[in-house]
Amino acid sequence: MVKLPIYMDNHATTPVDPRVLDAMLPYFTQKFGNAASRNHSFGWEGEEAVDKARNQLAALINAKSKEIIFTSGATESDNEAIKGVVEFYKDKGNHVITCVTEHKAVLDSCRALERAGKASVTYLPVDKYGMVDPDAVRKAITDKTVLISIMYANNEVGTIHPIREIGRIAKERGVIFHCDAVQAVGKIPVDVERDGIDLLAMSGHKIYGPKGVGALYVRAKGPRVRLTPIIDGGGHERGMRSGTLNVPGIVGFGAACELSGQEMQSEAERMRSLRDKLQAGLFERLDEVYLNGHPTERLPGNLNVSFAYVEGESLLMGISDVAVSSGSACTSATLEPSYVIRALGTNEELAHSSIRFGVGRFNTEEEVDFVTERVSREVKRLREMSPLYEMAREGIDLKSVNWRA
Amino acid sequence: MAYSNKVLDHYNNPRNVGSFAKDDPGVGTGVVGAPECGDVMKLQLRISDNGVIEDARFKTFGCGSAIASSSYVTELVKGKHIDEAMTIKNTVIVKELNLPPVKIHCSVLAEDAIKAAITDWRTRKGAATAGEASGNGEEGNSDKSARG
Repeated sequence: MVKLPIYMDNHATTPVDPRVLDAMLPYFTQKFGNAASRNHSFGWEGEEAVDKARNQLAALINAKSKEIIFTSGATESDNEAIKGVVEFYKDKGNHVITCVTEHKAVLDSCRALERAGKASVTYLPVDKYGMVDPDAVRKAITDKTVLISIMYANNEVGTIHPIREIGRIAKERGVIFHCDAVQAVGKIPVDVERDGIDLLAMSGHKIYGPKGVGALYVRAKGPRVRLTPIIDGGGHERGMRSGTLNVPGIVGFGAACELSGQEMQSEAERMRSLRDKLQAGLFERLDEVYLNGHPTERLPGNLNVSFAYVEGESLLMGISDVAVSSGSACTSATLEPSYVIRALGTNEELAHSSIRFGVGRFNTEEEVDFVTERVSREVKRLREMSPLYEMAREGIDLKSVNWRA
Repeated sequence: MAYSNKVLDHYNNPRNVGSFAKDDPGVGTGVVGAPECGDVMKLQLRISDNGVIEDARFKTFGCGSAIASSSYVTELVKGKHIDEAMTIKNTVIVKELNLPPVKIHCSVLAEDAIKAAITDWRTRKGAATAGEASGNGEEGNSDKSARG
């Protein structure tokens, strides 16, 4: 019998791997020194630990350790990358290219710059699989373009963008390329050299590390990327991000990177097989299930599907011992259905019916089997309660109905 | 967000789920909401000739609070005269189910569903007494909107 509740929302966050926690613990109590204290062994110990972690992060994305800036998380990294570049290069131009399905940390940073009159932003559309067209990126570039910001893989539908092509286009045109790689790092191979990435945001807690720590990769050569800091102070992190370093968090982030690097291949295979099993099981048991995202170019642990005629939040309520998430309006703070699912151009109502499963390191096959059964049963129960399912079975085209909202 | 025990009870054990034949002259059907808004309620009331609600059925596409609101409404209206049922305010539903502010629209939808179902019954009854055939097209879409 599986242990309940089951956590299958690993795009939202992941538990800290016990091996990561072991690495962190001494840095709370015995090795508590401030990494910026230059004159005693406590400080040196902290600095040494941070240097090691910097190497571990750099190794995972094929960067140099001095190119890693530690932050409080990927939201800060995205803010620093976007606002920092636009501010620093304001004499060169003010145009930014991004995409409609980016994380809010990117979109809202862009909107803030627009509101302040500091940038004009092009929001590229995506295709029905959630993928941005590299040619559209190429065409959007003007002589005022200072930054392209496209995520590596989408956090809702898992679609992996053609990053290498976008990186090549950015290089050809001499535009800085920022990539929010929070969901990709540690899950699939990310290589800033191969991919032509100049700035890259990553996060500790998405890869079985602690919350509250992230990093920004800032290319040092070819080109050397400059940023205006958004946090001023003691000049830590080569002046780009002041503030006392979160040494235990950074140590954990480093350990998490090393582990995911070592185990990436086997773990990705295991995630993919569990995800495929879940997908096949749901599609076998239920009719009118729609896959959101790309059928193949997708993160190994991601499964985003819409169960037609069933509202997402009610489904989450029905499977209360399984933790997943929904693109339903009722589950969002804004009361709007997922902008990512809507951007795919599918039925608006399918956004309300979307469920995201995030299979992770600690999920088992038994859990996948349990979730498959539990979800299928609940979808069937809710469909029996759904007027839309009834109408569809009567052959009424729901699009032809004059709804009174 | 935590749900109130009453919402959970109605969600897990919904009362009066189902459908009456929509062309039954004694039945009024109200369909309110829209799929793209994430909630659609269908409420059907079996109403006696003298205007007493004898039975009720619902089907709802929507969140747990929408399902609970419609389930509760089927219990609330049974035995009531339609004139009384027409005066039911959404606040009664909010209070009974302890709905949080973000879920108040679910109760508004349930109130609208009652009014739409009764209006539908009146329209069809009026049409029947005028000697015309009942049932003209999509259920619940022929009468005027409760909220305009």
